Amino acid sequence: MYRKKECVAMLLAGGQGSRLYALTTKIAKPAVSFGGKYRIIDFPLSNCVNSGIDTVGVLTQYQPLVLNEYIGNGAPWDLDRAYGGVHILSPYQAKGRSDWYKGTANAIYQNLYFIKSFDPDYVLILSGDHIYKMDYSHMLEFHKESGADCTIAAIQVPWEDTSRFGIINSDEKGRISGFEEKPKNATSNLASMGIYIFNAKKLYAYLETDSKDKASDNDFGKNVLPAMLAAGENMFAYTFEGYWKDVGTIDSLYEANMDLLGESPTLDLTDRNWRIHSRNPIAPPHYAGENAKISNSIISLGCIIDGVVENSILSAGVTVKKGAVVKDSIILSGAEICENAEVNYSLIDENSHIGVGAKVGVEKDKKAKITVIGRDYGVPDGDVVNGGEILDSCEA
Amino acid sequence: MSNAMGIIFSNIHDSDVPELTQNRTLGSIPFCGRYRLVDFALSNMVNSDITKVGLITKSNYQSLMDHVGSGKDWDLARRHGGLHMLPPFGVEENTSLYNTRLEALKNIIGFIEKSNEQYVVMTDCDLVCNMDYDAILKTHIKNGADITLVYGMANAKDMSPTNNIVLKTDDDGRVADILFNPRAQGEIKLFANVFILKRNLLYNLVKDAISHNKHHFSAEIIAQSVGSLRIFGYEHKGYLAKITSLQSYYDKSMELLDRSKMKEVFENNNVYTKIRDSAPTKYSAGAKVKNSLIADGCVIEGEVENSILFRGVKVSRGSVIKNSILMQDTIIGEKCFINCIITDKNVIVTDGRNLSGCDVNPFYIRKFSKL
Repeated sequence: MYRKKECVAMLLAGGQGSRLYALTTKIAKPAVSFGGKYRIIDFPLSNCVNSGIDTVGVLTQYQPLVLNEYIGNGAPWDLDRAYGGVHILSPYQAKGRSDWYKGTANAIYQNLYFIKSFDPDYVLILSGDHIYKMDYSHMLEFHKESGADCTIAAIQVPWEDTSRFGIINSDEKGRISGFEEKPKNATSNLASMGIYIFNAKKLYAYLETDSKDKASDNDFGKNVLPAMLAAGENMFAYTFEGYWKDVGTIDSLYEANMDLLGESPTLDLTDRNWRIHSRNPIAPPHYAGENAKISNSIISLGCIIDGVVENSILSAGVTVKKGAVVKDSIILSGAEICENAEVNYSLIDENSHIGVGAKVGVEKDKKAKITVIGRDYGVPDGDVVNGGEILDSCEA
Repeated sequence: MSNAMGIIFSNIHDSDVPELTQNRTLGSIPFCGRYRLVDFALSNMVNSDITKVGLITKSNYQSLMDHVGSGKDWDLARRHGGLHMLPPFGVEENTSLYNTRLEALKNIIGFIEKSNEQYVVMTDCDLVCNMDYDAILKTHIKNGADITLVYGMANAKDMSPTNNIVLKTDDDGRVADILFNPRAQGEIKLFANVFILKRNLLYNLVKDAISHNKHHFSAEIIAQSVGSLRIFGYEHKGYLAKITSLQSYYDKSMELLDRSKMKEVFENNNVYTKIRDSAPTKYSAGAKVKNSLIADGCVIEGEVENSILFRGVKVSRGSVIKNSILMQDTIIGEKCFINCIITDKNVIVTDGRNLSGCDVNPFYIRKFSKL
């Protein structure tokens, strides 16, 4: 049987996402909900299929249940293929070793056998914590044309934010001359997006070497890429222009959601030529009742709204009862906001219950902090949850 | 209830709603924002654990094929059983398209013969309901019935002009008489065209009908067998809407704005449909929406009241939509006033139009029209 794929994508989805606090107590970061009907992982997966990459290994480690169930056989992304398709790769026990994934490079190293089974020319490394629409085939073209051994996707960030990113120094053709990890005084504002394309053979070689180095953290950014640069390999930066957001913190996740609102949103998901696929809920159209007042918001299937919803994003099956007010908030699937409750500048996780007349969060202004109500949490009738509180009913 | 198979007739009542079936089967008429009528029959089958379903088509069935595809969205893409499309089958003695239920069954006699389920559930696509065939089959077996006919209680004045079959049952629920378009008053037992019987019996009845050159299943076979077979009626007590005309399509659609009815059909059971991967619906700052059902992928800038919006509808700034049904990808320009209108798919209404039907005669706008 002929078995070959030009490019295999490996999606690092094992991160805990500890800065998302209550949102990731029970689920992995890539499974966190976004934009009403999506989960973060829909973006890299949809980008893959839309770019013509049909073989994706998803490396999971932390709380994989929801993520695994969500990905399933990959059918929503057309990744249920006879050959290729989506594969969940969890850490496994092998003869002579059994390890958790120690770092990003180690996770790929432990699955070299999977990659090699498709005999690819190129390997695309992705992470599961960014919201963006990107055609990887353009990056692959760039990689081939520039004769690179490794290409790193990069984006220009505001100079004041450079200290939060891995910064790349490169010439006008994109050839990389150096890296700076979260520099205080950056000499460039080109930040790595954590998306790499490697020539497969080079990747295998450097991962083998890295795995033997006891001092290594087995991390792409810290170890493998600097080692390649030091050895004089051809490394290029591919500059991406477009929307890209790391949603690793509650605040950035909130901002990215809000980027969907407004007259001409910075993130547009209605483009029919670049659909973001997702596992759709089985639910009827949403119902806006006699007392509904909805403005500047996104409402998903199965919602029943009889209250006021402003500047908010509601996932599938959310109920907002009569007299309730939801402002500047993100409400995830199945949550229920009871009569006369007020929710301000909050993130309410799946299946939570906000009791009658309860007040959650404070009005959004410059000083306010976002309030988070964890999965399955119940706020009793009449209770007040202060701004900035993070309530979580789940045991870690 | 894995011991039953399903047969769905997608075309039988096409002529009842000529406006909407110009380019499609009755089964593929869009309904309630994101569904097609066939979804209710298919979902009821799946929810009753019937996993082998034959879908009989006759003409104009491209949209139906496109909708059901492999059956995956209903969990009916299976190696064993699953969805079987049954388009017309030209045999020597019957080269023309079938016209009746019985002729349709003659066409699929091979499918019936080769199946191995013990029972058959047959339904049409004109019903909007949440029907538990499993419970009906259990009653069928308990009654020791040969055939069970499902009916709903209705008022005689709500009968459609044609195609009414009224059942008369005795105290045990056994059917004593079957009447076609009778003159009746008050409460009647209106047959829903849902049949349950053994597969062997169906096979024998159809074979026998072929040799006797019969054409009508209900009139020439079922009604003639009232004395010789144990035929029972089963009352479907829940919500049951029958689409018999454009007016009833409109009325029954609007009826679902009633929360309790909506809940009965959609929330006590899953209704599956083809997935389109639209983004969720977006309301802009000036939107005003009241008592309406809105599917995914809509953009609402204007006012919407007592209406049903299908996937991908756009209502531009300053427009007012009242008492209307806007099907998939309808685009309403700015400052329009739309009242009691049914737009078919991909209709474009340009800025400033004022369109109005009335609630007892909604105005229908054809697919791809540009006004």
